[in-house]
Parts: sequence; C-alpha cells; structure tokens
Amino acid sequence: MMNRINSGLTALLGWVDARFPLSSNWKAHLAEYYAPKNFNVWYYFGSLALFVLVLQIVTGIFLTMHYKPDAALAFASVEYIMRDVPWGWLIRYMHSTGASMFFLMVYLHMYRGLIYGSYRKPRELIWIFGMLIFLCLMAESFFGYLLPWGQMSYWGAQVIVNLFEVLPIIGPDLALWLRGDYVVSDATLNRFFAFHVIAIPLVLLGLVAAHLLALHEVGSGNPDGIEIKKHKDPVTHIPLDGIPFHPYYTVKDTFGVAVFLVVFSIIVFFAPGMGGYFLEYNNFVPADSLNTPSHIAPLWYFTPYYSLLRANTFNFFWIDAKVWGVVCMGAGTMVFFLLPWLDRSPAKSIRYKGPIFKIALTVWLIAFFTLGYLGTMGVTEGRTLVSQICTVIYFAFFILMPWYTTIDRCKPEPERVTWK
Amino acid sequence: MKKFLFLLFLVPALAPASEDGIALDAAPVRTDALSLQDGARTFVNYCLNCHGAASMRYNRLQDLGLSETEIKDNLMFASAKIGETMKVPLTMKDGREWFGVAPPDLSVIARARGADWLYTYLRSFYRDQVRPTGWNNTAFPNVGMPHVLYELQGQRGLKVEKIAEHGRQTEKASFVQLTQGTLTAAGYDEAVANLVGFLVYVGEPNAAERKRLGIYVLFVLLLLTVLTWLLKREFWKDVH
Amino acid sequence: MSDEHEMSGARRRILVTTVVAGGAAGAVAAWPFGASMLPSERAKAAGAPVEVDISQLAPGDKVTVEWRGKPVWVVRRTREMLEALPKLNEKLSDPNSERKQSDLTPEYCRNEHRSIKPEYLVVVGICTHLGCAPSDKFKAEPEPFEAAWQGGFYCPCHGSLFDLAGRVYKNKPAPDNLEIPRHTYLSDTRILIGEDRKGA
Repeated sequence: MMNRINSGLTALLGWVDARFPLSSNWKAHLAEYYAPKNFNVWYYFGSLALFVLVLQIVTGIFLTMHYKPDAALAFASVEYIMRDVPWGWLIRYMHSTGASMFFLMVYLHMYRGLIYGSYRKPRELIWIFGMLIFLCLMAESFFGYLLPWGQMSYWGAQVIVNLFEVLPIIGPDLALWLRGDYVVSDATLNRFFAFHVIAIPLVLLGLVAAHLLALHEVGSGNPDGIEIKKHKDPVTHIPLDGIPFHPYYTVKDTFGVAVFLVVFSIIVFFAPGMGGYFLEYNNFVPADSLNTPSHIAPLWYFTPYYSLLRANTFNFFWIDAKVWGVVCMGAGTMVFFLLPWLDRSPAKSIRYKGPIFKIALTVWLIAFFTLGYLGTMGVTEGRTLVSQICTVIYFAFFILMPWYTTIDRCKPEPERVTWK
Repeated sequence: MKKFLFLLFLVPALAPASEDGIALDAAPVRTDALSLQDGARTFVNYCLNCHGAASMRYNRLQDLGLSETEIKDNLMFASAKIGETMKVPLTMKDGREWFGVAPPDLSVIARARGADWLYTYLRSFYRDQVRPTGWNNTAFPNVGMPHVLYELQGQRGLKVEKIAEHGRQTEKASFVQLTQGTLTAAGYDEAVANLVGFLVYVGEPNAAERKRLGIYVLFVLLLLTVLTWLLKREFWKDVH
Repeated sequence: MSDEHEMSGARRRILVTTVVAGGAAGAVAAWPFGASMLPSERAKAAGAPVEVDISQLAPGDKVTVEWRGKPVWVVRRTREMLEALPKLNEKLSDPNSERKQSDLTPEYCRNEHRSIKPEYLVVVGICTHLGCAPSDKFKAEPEPFEAAWQGGFYCPCHGSLFDLAGRVYKNKPAPDNLEIPRHTYLSDTRILIGEDRKGA
C-alpha cells in the first residue's frame, strides 16, 4: 500500500510540476541551494527575524478581530482583549514581546552583516533591501505603537509627527496630511491602523522576498568573508565548501527557533512588561490630549536615534537646531545604506581586517549603546554633552571608513573556509 | 505611629523612589484569597462611587474564591447584573467639571502607577485648609481627591520643621495624628495593603494563570530544544 | 524525495520523534488562537438571561423583550384562546411538538399549551421559515388567509401561520413550530428568559 501511495504522490507532484515551478523552486532555494558550511551563531538571526515576522502577522490577525481603531474605544478594547477574549492576554503579550524581539533579531542580523562584510560586492542589493526592511520595520512599529492609545502612544506620535514640520516649506502641510487633523486624533489613529495592519506588512513581505531572492542569486556570505563559489567540484559544480540548505540549515535553524522560543516564552509568561521597557508604565494611562507626561521616551529600540535627535542643540549656520536634530536622526539610520561603498578594505570579514577597524567598531558600539542608554533618560547638560560626543563618534565611524579601511593592515584571507 | 515617623527619617536613599523623586514605601505583597477579598470589599465600598473599573467584570471576582451569590450579596450595591463590568455612572466630562480633573478609571491603575506608589499614596493624606477638598497628599501634591478612607485612618496633619543638616537648611516633614480612626495604624496599613493587592489583581486578573502556564510551556520548549539539537547533531555528522 | 541514501535508523528515529513532538506542541500552541474566536466574556454577558415583569400584562395582550438579540413574546392567553387550541390540531403540521424537541420545546413545555403556566405563552418571535417577525392576529375572526381563524400569528413575508401556542399550520412555508426558549418563573410576576432550574 505504501508503494501505491508513493507512486500516487509522485504522479500528483508531476502534475503540479508541469504547471507550476514547485520542484524547481524547491531545488533552487532549498535542496540544491548551497550555503557555506561554516555558518556560526550569528547566522541564526535572519531566519529568526523571518519567524518573528510570521509570528507578528498571525498574532496581529487575531488581535485585529477584537481591537477597535477608534479613539474612544481603543484603550478599552485592548483591556477587553486582555480579560474577556479567551486567551486574548497571551496573543497580546506575544505581539508586544514579538515587536521587541523583531528589533533584537534584526539588530543582531545587521551586526552579523557589519562584522562579516555581508554588504560587500556582490551583495550590495541584498543590503539595500535589508535596509529598506529596517526602515519599514521602524515605520511599522511607530504606527503600531499608537494603536493602544495610551499616553506614550499619543504623545510619542505627536512628537514624531511634529518632527516632520521642521522640513522646509512642505513641513507643516506634510504633518497635517499625515495626521489628518491639527493634532494627533481619531483620524490619525484610524489611518495608522490601516498602515500598520495591511499597508506596511504587504511592503515588508515584498521586501523580504526581494531580500531572499537577491541573496540566492549571488549566494550567502560566511564568517571568513571569502566566496565559496571560487572553488567548485569539477564534476558536480557544487562549491566545495557548500552544503545544501535543506536539510542541514533547515534542521539547524529549527534548533535556533527552539532556543528563541525558550527566551521568548520566558518573557511572555514571566516578564511581559520587562520592567517598563516592553510595555511602558505610562501607556496604561489612557491618552489625554491636555496632559503631557513629564517624561516621553520611545521604546528601547529607538533610543539610539532619539539620542541623535536630542544631541543637536546648536543652530548651525542659519538652520535651527531642531532641523539639525531631524536631519541627524535621519542620517543616523540612512548612513548604513552607504556601507558597501564606504568599506574599502581588501578583506570582507573582521577576522582578516586590521586592528584599526576592530578598534573603530568597538568604539562605535560603545557610542551606540551609550546613545541608546541616554535615550531612555531625561535631558541634563552632562548627558547632552556625552550624547554629542557619541554622535560625533557614531558618524565618524562611517565618514572616516574609506580612509581607515584603506590604510589598515589586513591579514591574508584563506582560500577555503576555516572549519573545525 | 512612631514607627512611621522613624521610617521617614531613616534611609530615604535606599527606598524605592517615584519618578518625581518622592520616596516610596514598599507595598507588602498580597495574593491570597482572603486579603484580596478584603481589598475588594474596601474597593467597592469606598472607591467605586467616583472611580470606575470598567474593564473588570463582577463575575471575574470568582477568582478570589467567592461564589456569584456572595459577590452579588456583598460587593454589588446597584442594579448591575453579575456579568457586567464595574462601571460607574459618573462620566469623565462630569468628573472634570465637578472635581477639576476626572477621577481616573482604576482598571489598570496598578500597572500605570505601581503598587508601591499606590500604597504610599493611600497612606499619605493630611489635612490642608488651603485645598478645596480640605485634604492634600505628600505623594501627590495638590491632588483633587479627598481622603476617602479617613474614617479608617483618622485625620492627620503635616508638620514641617526646618532643621540644619550637613550645614544646610532643609525641611523635614512628618505626620501628626489629629483624630483617631476606627483602625490602628497597623490595621490601616493592612487594609491599604489588601486594597493595593486587590488593585494589582484587577490590573491583570490573568497574571497567576500566565505564570502557571509558563512553567508547562517552558518545560515543553526545553524538551523541544533538546530534541532539535539532537536532530541537528545527527544530520551534521555528514558535514566535514 | 531523492533516492540517494537510505536514512539510518537513528536518524529516522530522532527525525520522527522531533516532528511528532513539534507537531503536538504546534497543535497545542495553535489552540488558543482558535479559542480566541469563541464568544468572549462580553458576548456571554450580553447573552445573559433577561427578566420580564408580567404584572401589568392584561389578558389577550403581549409584551416583547430582547434576549440574545432575538424578540421574545409573552402572551397572556384568555380562557377562550386556550380552549380553542386542541381543536386546531388537524390544521397543524406538528400539533404535539414532536419535531426538533430539544431545540424548540423544553421538557416542561411539552404539553397542550406549550408553556409552564397555561395562561402565559413564552415564545421566540422569529418565523421558522426565513426569520421574519410574524404579526399579531389574536382576534378569532375570519381572515383573508384563513376563514375559520382562531387567533395566532401571521407572518407577512411568505404567509406562514402559527396558533396561540406558536404551532405552525400545515402547507405553509415555515417547517417548524415557533421556538419556546428555556425560562423559569422567579415569582408569579417575574419570568427569567434564558435560564431554567435545570441549567440554561
């Protein structure tokens, strides 16, 4: 009987393959997509980010069944989900934790790119798609955070939309158009709901597909930064250091998902608020347009950029510090786009780059984390000075990169991957 | 009473502080059914006139070990049905007009302010002739709320003394008992602890269930982690 | 799929174990999502039993209350109305309310008058054909739809007829008698619709 079932399935597959590129895509992207065999722990985060995307979409769909995108009803509808909807509390916490985890996975994924030169030729386009995904993710989070309609939701949105007003000439009209009103209001909430639930997720899905297609076109990088396609088996043309993604990385990534779920579940079940970092205390107060909280802070993953914004206190030339702040914050996110062309090192991976790059990266990381930490706190003169120093370091890392990567003394890259 | 004054002077730097730097007393943790029932009783008798808890259903109070009949007989005074929420007829608009600021809904107040702040706040009222209600509060200066629980605590005043400390002039505030309440100081602290415990429960009624389930979930996931690791190791034997 | 090498026993074992364990865990994880679509506490509270006060209800009159979004009628029948009921049996499709008993007629209403107290009919006012609300035609007088009309309900949508016990006439579009909801008397003047002493 097993043979009958087997041949039946084979026939079915043949029918499908004659009409749809199922087996050919299975081979191209999984069973015969050859990835370097020396992926280390830094290579888990791409698949984990994809996993979190799916998680957010699924939990998001079920939240949308009960949430009310109306200024008078939104806050209460979230509590309705938390109490009256069977298992609503779990779905809500999965979504709020998932949002933070999404950024954590993406930041770690980007860091991998940074240290192993994943952005270098011929992978510039993968990197660009990735950066676009990052921008969409920030927008998605920004729109989504308004939805609970708490004090932080409201005032965070108010502050950020007002930032657009500083743009010359078009600024105030742009902010008005975005809000749909003179202040953040029900009109704003409804359209942010539309952006968050369908517009940006669709764009994200398209960009993720493009990101993966671009990757598969040139093949994955690896911790040694060398190209495995340079040494192929003369008969099979399979890269000598390559292994089929399926089953080796499908199996390995499943383990990665299991470990992720352990961490994820510890948070969801034991510390969903994360001491106010994942669910801010002030957001349990319904939005009040007449009362600004004394301390508006964005979610933890935006804090470095928030610091860049606030660090700008000088009116350079004839332009307001406020404008410089917005420009600086924008530049801080966009500068990553330029990496493929800033990095002039002969070596792709930090393993073979010289000491200058390692020091520069370390200093930059310290500046980045300091900016992030300062972003959670209120403004003082001392903190502003520190954030200004860190801002200079932050941009210097990128601006000076063409110079220090050229003069750096690199080690010779190996021909084949290093593998224990 | 003396114990409270002593604590005020003792070690403010080590005490939990609110965002505005006011030293907070740590709220005793109350999760047992009887304490929460006491807190529920205080809540519906004193708070649920001006404040609503519109996300909390009466029949959910069965979590505290009460039957629907017990809830209906002891904790429900209006004509609400057992499945309804603890809403009050006072609208935000009227509340703002009558009190200057609308008494906030208390469904998630414990998640917004924290247990320590609530515990401190409810024990920090003092008589103040300048205020329209006749009451003020050291944890929430110029609050619009009167001391609803004054019958239990008694009335207290605030004594402010200027003292020299470390060569600087500073002010030290302490409470003075003006009239006796129906409860002793310790008894009042207990009642407030129970009330705050109840508010913490109301803030997230599913908290206990969440933690209980978490243990099982983690156990299963750790098992799956081991299995997937074994699977990975088995397959990767092929790779050299 | 590929016919390269046979999978070793150990490999197959760990694969099957992990897939089965993962699948089971996945099913358990999926359960809450499906369950979240069940009626919420708010829906259940809105569907809670409803009390009707019949102290002001005069003989021959009807009062309507809403229960679970449906109209429920309480009709106070006169002696003449009750006496007319058994004589109608030949004209009725299901005179003894035998069809769909568990849905339409609670045990304590399986009698001649389809109610707990003969005087009061408690019935859901939705036609069993396509859901319209039948109109009151309580007077026993000739009607265009029925020469020897003894009183009851006439559905204007497709002409179904029901008597004063909610029983459907023969040869009409409606297949079933009107639904009698579970109910109980809290006192002589108060009826609780949606719940009875045997469970809601």
